[in-house]
Amino acid sequence: MNPRDIPPEAFHASGAEVQAIDFGYVRSPDQDRAMPAQHPIVVIGAGPVGLSLAIDLAQRGQRVVVLDNDHKLSIGSRAICFAKRTLEIWDRLGVGQRMVDKGVSWNLGKVFLKEEQLYEFNLLPEEGHERPAFINLQQYYAEAYLVERALQLPGIDIRWHNKVTAVAARDNGALLSVETPDGAYQIDAQWLVACDGSRSPTRQMLGLESKGRIFQDRFLIADVKLQGDADFPTERWFWFDPPFHPHQSVLLHRQPDNVWRIDFQLGWDADPEEEKKPENIIPRVQALLGAEAQFELDWASVYTFACLRMDQFVHGRVIFAGDSAHGVSPFGARGANSGVQDAENLAWKLDWVLQGRASPALVATYGPEREYAADENLCNSTRATDFITPKSEVSRLFRDAALHLAREHAFARRIVNSGRLSVPATLHASPLNTPDTDAFAGTQVPGAVLLDAPLTKQGQPTWLLRELGPDFTLLVFGPAPAWARDLPGVTVLQIGIDVIDHQALAAQRLDALPRTVYLVRPDQHVCARWRTPTEAAVRSALARAAAA
Amino acid sequence: MLNTQPNLLACDDFYEALIAAHQGLSTPESHAMNARLVLLLANHIGDQATLQHALQLARGSVVPTADRRTTPAITPVVPTHAVAA
Repeated sequence: MNPRDIPPEAFHASGAEVQAIDFGYVRSPDQDRAMPAQHPIVVIGAGPVGLSLAIDLAQRGQRVVVLDNDHKLSIGSRAICFAKRTLEIWDRLGVGQRMVDKGVSWNLGKVFLKEEQLYEFNLLPEEGHERPAFINLQQYYAEAYLVERALQLPGIDIRWHNKVTAVAARDNGALLSVETPDGAYQIDAQWLVACDGSRSPTRQMLGLESKGRIFQDRFLIADVKLQGDADFPTERWFWFDPPFHPHQSVLLHRQPDNVWRIDFQLGWDADPEEEKKPENIIPRVQALLGAEAQFELDWASVYTFACLRMDQFVHGRVIFAGDSAHGVSPFGARGANSGVQDAENLAWKLDWVLQGRASPALVATYGPEREYAADENLCNSTRATDFITPKSEVSRLFRDAALHLAREHAFARRIVNSGRLSVPATLHASPLNTPDTDAFAGTQVPGAVLLDAPLTKQGQPTWLLRELGPDFTLLVFGPAPAWARDLPGVTVLQIGIDVIDHQALAAQRLDALPRTVYLVRPDQHVCARWRTPTEAAVRSALARAAAA
Repeated sequence: MLNTQPNLLACDDFYEALIAAHQGLSTPESHAMNARLVLLLANHIGDQATLQHALQLARGSVVPTADRRTTPAITPVVPTHAVAA
């Protein structure tokens, strides 16, 4: 079936039905051209990263071709934890509420050692945020809602069954050879973004490498659908050395449709083929859930992983995003979440360059910004992995010491690392930041993602992030100076006039005083702030943030 | 910086207490206690530079930095997923 003819209700169906959606092959007029068709942006890969990027660009008025070698959504639950920041980005893309409505929201985690609960933690202990710390949602649902959104936008042309077989990069773009069910054709892309996953055929075709560390451990994922009421609450539970799976760790998450994701650490010696067999999986699950639990196995997989990244994400006009650029361990939900942040970082920059509002130097800054973020994710993910799988006797000794102390002592709970869960990177060293010249307290330094806060607008509740403009926003506490209206492409938002900070949380989180000004980028990162800026200072910060 | 000047007010008392604290423990239990002690004292000190200095003095040589990205190029190992039969 032509994907554009798929009825909307197909994307609202059950998990099995959504996974069964088959996106039909449609011959593109490009295939009948004598010369390769030219396109401003080609994205390879219709996963969460490629789709988020395409939607962002299309919402900005760009035309995007998305090539995917497959014709189905993700099979199996895969990336299930979508972080607050990802939801905020998806809000901007028009799909955040869909994800939250279907997903299982959670903020609470519990950590167990053997049969005993050591402690619990709340990832979002404060009120006044629109989005929860995390939702759990099977990747196929997330992809379904993104595809549905993409199909609503005339600027996006998703071509399923289109496999890129060769990439010839040049100074002003890339020539792609594409294979389809009825023959091959070529596309001339001005910009090419590879969102084609950890194995990234694009990366391989260009002879580029991803480097890092392999972890000698194996994990079993089991998605099980429980019959009847489950005793487990909507929380992230992590066990070190539980009685039902001795000497290893286990992680439990709830997903929509009463499906539970269980990750069993198996150790390096485990035989993946044996462990994948349902007759070996079911007893493990039964031991965790209890003898009475009735369940069926939905999906299972045995995996190993490496933490790695490419040296550079930008290679002229070819750009890598998501897993193709960097791979992390699953602990911390940093894979898909960091990929969606890559997409958001890149979208406005590509748009500005294609619109002629900035030079290609702006797109080049995607590289160092997201390489920095990838390093932060890799660092956190590696540390979590080393904590969960100690590599030496002494690291196990200290790991166990921390766990032992965590029962009684708050300080040790902070050392216990069962995955530092995804938070957006603060781009401290970004060349797009204007360093502070005034004194501020708190976390909202240049490079940080703007924190959300509840506001009212004409008496109706709203949220700070929802009120930001599509391009830059000048956030002014109090009346904006007269010159602010003349700044090109800048939305001026006056706190206390356009919107009311009725709980004073925006002012508190941004350490704002009357006349304090924040300059916020299109991807909602702070790039400059002042107590009382001059027009020249703001214009200079704007130019810097556009890599002028 | 780490204070390595005499600072223990009752050093003999502390030393005796330290040894006494290990009494009756097996060697693995003693190691475990020492590890907990290190973490407790480290938290008390709190300052990363001071702790780093202490690690270096205790080791008697330069403390290696965490080695995250120095391994040579490798073939990526990616999650291999398979649907359960």
